[in-house]
Amino acid sequence: MSASPEQIEAERPWLLRYARAQLQDQAAAEDAVQDALLAALEGRERFAGQASVRTWLTSILRFKLVDTIRRQHREVATDLSEDTDLSDLDGLFDGQGAWQQAVRAWGVPEEGLLAKQFWQVYQQCAQAMPKRTAMVFAMREVMDMEIADICQNLSITATNCSVMLYRARMSLRECLETRWFQQKGAS
Amino acid sequence: RMSCKQASRLISDGMDRPLGRSEQVRLSFHLLLCRNCRHFRQQMQQLRSGIRRARDE
Repeated sequence: MSASPEQIEAERPWLLRYARAQLQDQAAAEDAVQDALLAALEGRERFAGQASVRTWLTSILRFKLVDTIRRQHREVATDLSEDTDLSDLDGLFDGQGAWQQAVRAWGVPEEGLLAKQFWQVYQQCAQAMPKRTAMVFAMREVMDMEIADICQNLSITATNCSVMLYRARMSLRECLETRWFQQKGAS
Repeated sequence: RMSCKQASRLISDGMDRPLGRSEQVRLSFHLLLCRNCRHFRQQMQQLRSGIRRARDE
């Protein structure tokens, strides 16, 4: 059993959306998807049919994305201070480390998360983060990569990696609270 | 006693690695007493599930 060229091409829009979430860069995402689709077309006889075509293509794309991320990471300055500085979170806590403001339950029913809109808001929020922090967060949460693999691919320590993920989550929490949950709660 | 600031960091770390026994015990005790941090943990879970659902749509 092999995947047909039509089946492979039909997944392009989904793959492009997946790639854009990793790279925050339309041109780089299109290049990675194009490379993945070419590799898939050349190797389509190897598609065993044990997983869906989408799952198979996603696994090919992940390798292309990791290559691109590694290359981008080398181009970003090696100074990690912007990514690991947590001082901008100090305002969330008082001198004893307690929350300054009550943390409220978002309380949006799961099915209320309108996927397409949520994705757009997530993308906007991710763009406000330092580039490398957004990269690490996407590798962890969108690509489901393990911490050890992220550290190895980006040559950063596990400690720096966990600080960056914490920073990303705190930043996204604030951004989503303003742009998504308050608006959805009000509607 | 663990502060909310420390608890929020451990909640995040716990999403990426198994917490150590003493970390787990201290965090569980803090969460028993702190509604803000329970809400924070729910928010982090919603953040993860929201992203994955949106990704897979």
